[in-house]
Amino acid sequence: MGAHLDAASGVALHPIAREAMLAAYDDGWADPDRLYGSARRARVLLDAARSAVAEVIGARPDEVSFAANGTQALHAAVLGTVAGNRGSAAHLVHSTVEHSAVLHAAQAHAASGGAVSAVGVDALARVDVEAFAAAVAAAAGPAVAALQAANHEVGTRQPLDAAAAAMPGVPLVVDATQTLAHDAVPGPWSVLAADARTWGGPTVGVLAVRTGTRWRSPYPADDREAGRIPGVPNLPAIVGAAAALRAVEVGRDVEAVRCAQLVDRIRAEVQRTVPDVEVLGDPVDRLPHLVTFSCLYVDGEALLGALDRRGFAVSSGSSCTSSTLEPSHVLVAMGALTSGNIRVSLHHGVGSADVDEFLTVLPGAVAEVRARLGADGL
Amino acid sequence: MITLDCRGRRCPLPILELARHIADVDVGDTVVVEADDPAARPDVQAWCRMRGHTYVGEAPAPDGTPGFTVRREH
Repeated sequence: MGAHLDAASGVALHPIAREAMLAAYDDGWADPDRLYGSARRARVLLDAARSAVAEVIGARPDEVSFAANGTQALHAAVLGTVAGNRGSAAHLVHSTVEHSAVLHAAQAHAASGGAVSAVGVDALARVDVEAFAAAVAAAAGPAVAALQAANHEVGTRQPLDAAAAAMPGVPLVVDATQTLAHDAVPGPWSVLAADARTWGGPTVGVLAVRTGTRWRSPYPADDREAGRIPGVPNLPAIVGAAAALRAVEVGRDVEAVRCAQLVDRIRAEVQRTVPDVEVLGDPVDRLPHLVTFSCLYVDGEALLGALDRRGFAVSSGSSCTSSTLEPSHVLVAMGALTSGNIRVSLHHGVGSADVDEFLTVLPGAVAEVRARLGADGL
Repeated sequence: MITLDCRGRRCPLPILELARHIADVDVGDTVVVEADDPAARPDVQAWCRMRGHTYVGEAPAPDGTPGFTVRREH
């Protein structure tokens, strides 16, 4: 009964990751930078993990560093690229639907006197390449661009290739946190950030910086992780993250087709069986595993509760479900209904029968919440 | 024109109020929703789109609370 339908927030630890981590706790506990036997064994494990991740994302091993988590990777990606491009003289251009970690990094840049431009999106949450390139061309100082590979709330892919082609030579920071576990690895990036929790790893972030990119650590000086992320790396977690990524990558294309078909079914059935609903995001050019919809006259928090009681874990961009009581900035930027918002994100542990069951219980859950608000017949 | 005081009421209550009272005005007349919930702005506009009414625009009430004007179309 029920299922975890919130892969975008993280999935359970992959069994291969658990196995690799247990071995690394025994054999990789030492500081990999020291010069004795146990340290050399830890170094071998760390190098192997780095090479594995580099191979999957199409990078050189020395371009890959590990961060504490996806948020730290995004902060370092944005602020390090800004720092490498004359710091507060740099002009950061990003879309209005970036992850909040990117927006918070942009706020930090603005607070230190840097220029920031936010480029709007259409009703599908897709950024306009011409508007984005125009904002970059209008930059007062060195331009830094930040654009997600795909939107984390509604799944719409961003036109990364076109954007990169429209602004040659401009460092491009790509948030791949929702992409790497489920979709083709984004092609053009100068700096890339990813989150191992999305592919069944433990809490580890990936920061990759292409050779030749002007990037400087935004932190106090430290020589770990090529000087990019300070402190001794969490080796067992990194080993687990790399093992899980390799395991997931083997079946990713097949899994993407399976998830995309399930999402197609969810999009069609929600539209058919739930009255007064808006299914959001691009129906075709999107992440394979993620779908979001908003229900009129529905309290998002109450709907999360009604689904939780039926065994289904989903997330919501409605204001009542956020700690700040603000609606999702993504939904606002799209001009979408923010109330009664539900994001469903699938993973390898979700089968066709789970989706069928979710689609069976959803109309009743929505009706229950609407009845409680006295919304019947409106 | 009528004005709905939705101060202190969290979404989706402001658009529920709007739905309950849109028929209180004649077709072509307007309803103003005064609401301080930040979700009211996108949600009133989305409601208009879904229900076939016109979102006229936003102007603050004397106390600074945003007021969203909707014109009844049917």
